This record gives sequence, structure tokens and C-alpha cells, in this order.
Amino acid sequence: MDFALSVDHEILRDSVRKFAEKEIQPVARELDKKEEFSYETMQKMAELGLFGVFVSEKYGGQEMDYLSYIIATEEIARVDGSHAATVAAENSLGIGPIYYFGNEAQKQKYLPRLCSGEALWGFGLTEANAGSDAANSKTSAVLDGDEWVINGSKIFITNASTKISAGVTVLCKTGTRSDGKPELSCILVETGTPGYEARVMHDKMMWRGSNTSSLFFEDCRVPKENLLGERGHGFHQMMKTLDGGRLSIGAMGLGGAQGCFEMALRYSKEREQFGKPIGKFQVNAFKLADMALEIECARLLLYKACWLRDNDMPFSKEAAMAKLHCSEVMRNCANHAVQLHGGYGLMQEFDVERFYRDQKLLEIGEGTSEVQRIVIARYIGAL
Amino acid sequence: MEILVCVKRVPDTAENEIVVNSKGSDIERGDLVYSVNEWDNYAVEEAIQIRDNVGGTVTVVTVGDDESEEVLRREMAMGADKGILLSDDLFNGSDGKGIATILKAEIQKGKYDLIMTGALADDGAGQVGGMLAAMLDLPYASLVNKIKIVSDKMIRVGREIEGGNQEINEIDLPCVLSIQTGINEPRYVGIRGIRKVASVEIPVHKAGDLGLDGTVVGASAAKVKKVDYFVPSMGEGAEMLEGSTDEIVDKLIELLKAKGGIK
Ligand SMILES: Cc1cc2nc3c(=O)[nH]c(=O)nc-3n(C[C@H](O)[C@H](O)[C@H](O)COP(=O)(O)OP(=O)(O)OC[C@H]3O[C@@H](n4cnc5c(N)ncnc54)[C@H](O)[C@@H]3O)c2cc1C
Repeated sequence: MDFALSVDHEILRDSVRKFAEKEIQPVARELDKKEEFSYETMQKMAELGLFGVFVSEKYGGQEMDYLSYIIATEEIARVDGSHAATVAAENSLGIGPIYYFGNEAQKQKYLPRLCSGEALWGFGLTEANAGSDAANSKTSAVLDGDEWVINGSKIFITNASTKISAGVTVLCKTGTRSDGKPELSCILVETGTPGYEARVMHDKMMWRGSNTSSLFFEDCRVPKENLLGERGHGFHQMMKTLDGGRLSIGAMGLGGAQGCFEMALRYSKEREQFGKPIGKFQVNAFKLADMALEIECARLLLYKACWLRDNDMPFSKEAAMAKLHCSEVMRNCANHAVQLHGGYGLMQEFDVERFYRDQKLLEIGEGTSEVQRIVIARYIGAL
Repeated sequence: MEILVCVKRVPDTAENEIVVNSKGSDIERGDLVYSVNEWDNYAVEEAIQIRDNVGGTVTVVTVGDDESEEVLRREMAMGADKGILLSDDLFNGSDGKGIATILKAEIQKGKYDLIMTGALADDGAGQVGGMLAAMLDLPYASLVNKIKIVSDKMIRVGREIEGGNQEINEIDLPCVLSIQTGINEPRYVGIRGIRKVASVEIPVHKAGDLGLDGTVVGASAAKVKKVDYFVPSMGEGAEMLEGSTDEIVDKLIELLKAKGGIK
């Protein structure tokens, strides 16, 4: 067994960490406050190569392994959840499905612009009445001659309504299977297609610097060729996509937990009450010890899941475990970190306040914690 | 232009709290995060910019152990063309002169127009650049914060001198320069760059390859030895400000005002 990261992973971490500390950390609080998506940091992240990390160079990607992508996401999340959300959603959900299931023409057409970060792409699975139960999607697509005609709506879709959003992959019901279940397929819809509209959703508690949209389709016509992969494979494609996506949510939990821990440790050494640093009170030192322990365990689990994926071994169970565990570790760490900051931890002037809010999404997005437990329970044969 | 930049792997002071070990023989190195010496990174950026303007190659070289390969790869991912690792157990414990001796041996194997080092590294001694130039019998400028390539025979360099004033020198090539931070804005290491250099071989040159032995390098040859590390005790009139950063800043401003430092 070898737990050492490769030299390349170490360089990558060092590079992304420095970038995040210098370019993102100073602006994150203000963007959160104004609920603003930054095109400036988006472009800088793109120049660094944060989009298409695992995509082959042929399509403009960086051609690194999945662990590299996870480390990069972790390092961005260490300073800000919203920026990590933009990166994670784009790689796992925007680029991933086109890269893994698209035909050559689709890959050639979309991936170079997405990997260069000139454009963003959304992943439309969730509907108002189909969240955890995504297979119950009602958005429909009917083939009319050479075109799909799409009707319905999607909600909570990341990266779909920025000025540079080029389109979305939409899960649609395209018919009924012989066993009576809905036939689900993924269809690519470009921004600007008549009958398609993406509206920004406001007033979020968390990820306020990330773009979230509701999507509306009204007799929206797209060419037949916009079908992603095979007809009827939509749900399978979405589930495969979420397996990878869960690793990136895990990375957000791990990086966020690390950020909370570091802020808490620093503050515990600086802040004095009763004549000594608060970290010297055992009850506080133990909180820090627990955080360090949980982060270490979370990192091992997440990296192992990535290792399985990078070595073409089954990783779905471990991905669900890593997503669930890293989210909960960040919850514990954010909770301890705010507690250690006392009243200051509740003020926006301190970044821990934002981390405390941003954490909550991780237990809900890309499959709630309850859903992860269902997935794990099924894998171990308990359900 | 053939450019060689000497780089060193050092503890990243932005990431670590540096503490002296209990014996006072060194700093605690157990959990340290290492990176490339900040000054060297500016030197490499400058070298890349010069190469991009006038052509040529940038080679990065380091004296260190296997782990030092990381800083070479990092600088190559940033844009340097080649890396050379000078590594041998015999090199351990070298003083500044020893390091300069090792670098000189490598430099003489090639043909470089411009040799750069950082102005100083983690230990702050800032010796290697000057010694290296003297040993190679090449002209030298220290604390360089501006470089203008005039021809393939001569360049102009700016140096910061006392009181923040600027001095401009003409200097013949080949030469040695030690580079000050702030000379440029070093680029980030792009993710694709990391992959591009991942499979590039980095040659390792040992003492034998360089014709060196224990009489000129390593602990046995070192004439400068570190004998103690400690945090100085507080002298008279010294006062340690305590509290959070904000509190310290407030106290400092108060003190400076009281003593007439700021009005
Ligand atoms: C900021 C943000 C960004 C998002 N980005 C995207 C995106 O890019 N693309 C996309 O498609 N979606 C996206 N989502 C949607 C997200 O994936 C869903 O919110 C999530 O899957 C949960 O669905 P829901 O909100 O409808 O909750 P529901 O499914 O209604 O769940 C409500 C509660 O019931 C529980 N529950 C549901 N079913 C069960 C069960 N069988 N057993 C036990 N408990 C159960 C849940 O765990 C939860 O606690 C995003 C959401 C947010 C908030």
C-alpha cells in the first residue's frame, strides 16, 4: 500500500491552493453578500485549467486523472463553496455527460468551448415534483419529423443562466417502455433555442456566488441529433454522472472542512479569554482534535473512491459513502469552527459564517444524505 | 538565449508555522509543507519571459534530494524547458560555498548565457549567487529587479539600492544575476502544464558525474556550520504586542503615534 500522492498531484495542489488564496479568497465574501456570479474569477479559473480536468486533450481538456480533479475542487472549496460549485458542477455535470455519452460530433462541437471555460453547460435532472425521485421526471420530448419537441420545466440547475451558459443536458421522458415504465433520454438544448428559457433563481441561503436556474421548455424544438447517446439510456446516464458528481461533492465537503479547521485552529491560538488562548482549554483543543481526525478519515475515503475510479474498478458504493461522509464531516467542522469563534463566527465579516451556510447544500444536492444511505444500504444488501 | 535558473525546495512559510526544534539544531521539519523558494520562482518567470521574447531555452537546476524533483517539475510545468537534479548523499551538509561548487560543476558542463538565482532562500544567507559568479569568473549583479535584453552580448539590469532608489547597470553576457521578488508577476502553474511535463525524464547528476568529492562539497568540506537555532530573548526596550491581528495593529498604531512615528 502506498498513501503518498504523486509529485504531479502535489504540484497541482500547491498550484490550485495558491491560486485560490490569491484570486478567490479575497473576493468570495463580497460575491456571497451581493449574490453575484463572477465572470472575472470564472475566466481566471478557466485559464488555470480547472475545466475539463479529466477530459482528453483532443477535446481541449487537461487529460489528468479523476483524483487531480478532486484535489483541485477540494482546494477551491477550502476557500469558497460557490466557486467550487461552479467548478464541480461544470466538470461533473456539464462536461461529464457529453464527454462520456456524446457522439464524436457532439464532443467536437461542445467540449472545446466548455473545457476552455468560454462557455458553461448545465445538467437538468431535478424537477419541482421530481427531486430525490428523479426517475419521475415529467418533462417530455416527442419526436416530430427530424426534431424533438420538448415541454416541461426543471428546477435548481447549476450554471444554466449565466451570460456564458451555452446550453443544458435535459432528462426527458421520450416514451413508455414495454414494461410500462417511462423511457427516459437525455437531450442537449442550446441557449437561445426558441421555446427554451433559463431564469436565475435568487435568495439562496448558500452558494450565493454560484448560478442556479429554473428552466422552462415550451414547444422547444431541437434537432433529432441532439439526443445524447442512445434513446432510453437517459436515466442510466444520469446515474453514472451522479456517481462521479458525488466524488466532487465529497471534495467540496473535504475542502470546506479543511478550511473550517484551519480558520478554527488559527482563531483558537489568537483569541484569549481568562488570560490564555481559548485553544488551550481542553474542551476546545478536543474539538480541534476531532476535526483533524474526521478530516483525515474523510480524505482517505474520498481518495480511495477516486483511486477505484481511476483504476476502472467499481466505485459507486464508495462514492456514495464519500459524498455522505465528507458532507457530514464538513457539517461537524463548520459547527465547531463557528462555536470556537463565538459571536464573531456569526458575523459575515468572518468567513466561517459563510462556510456554515454553504455546508448545508452538500447534504442535499446530488442526492440527499438520506438517498446516499439508501444507496449504501442497497449495496451492502440491507435494503 | 540559454538561461539556467538555480532553484531550491524550501518550507512554504505561507503554509507553515516555523518552530525551532527542542535541541536547537534545526527547525521542526516533520509536518512542513514545501514549495519552491519564492525568489527562485520570480527568477524562473523572468527567464520564461526572456525566452518567449528572444528565443532559447530555460533550464532549472537544483541541489537536493529525490523530493526536490517536485520543484523542478513545478517550474517545468510553469514553462521551463528542462530540469536537472543534482543529488548525492555526499552533498548533504554543504555550506553556501559547497552548493556553489556543485552548481559550478554542472554549469561548466553546459553553455549558458545567463545564470540566475533567487536573491536569497529560506536560510536568508544569500551567498550562493555571488560565490557562484566569482567561482565562474563571471560578472554579477545582485538584487536585480529589472532586466532588459539589449543584445546577445549585453543586457541592462536594474537594482534596488538604499532608500528604494533605482540603479541601472550594463552587464556583459554571460553573467550571473540574483533576482529580487517583485521583478514580475509569476504565473500560476497551469493544470495542463503539469500533465505535459509528467512524463519528461529529469536527469540526476551525482558527485561522480560532476567530478566532485568530499574534499570540496558536503559536511566534511563545509567551513560554515550552523551551531544553534533559537528565538532571541527579549532585549531592553523590546515589547511583544499580543492579541489578535487587529488588536496588534491597533496597539502598534497607538505606539507609533505616541512616539511620533506617525502624525
Ligand atoms: C443550489 C442547488 C444546486 C443544484 N444543482 C442541480 C443541478 O445542477 N442539476 C440538477 O438536476 N439538480 C440540482 N439541484 C437539485 C438537487 O439535486 C435536489 O434538490 C436534490 O436531489 C433533492 O431533491 P428535492 O430538493 O426535490 O428534495 P426531496 O426529494 O423532496 O426531498 C425532501 C426530503 O425528503 C427526503 N426523502 C426523499 N425521498 C426519500 C426516501 N425515499 N427515503 C427517505 N427520505 C427521502 C430527502 O432526503 C429530503 O430530506 C440543486 C439544488 C440546489 C439547492
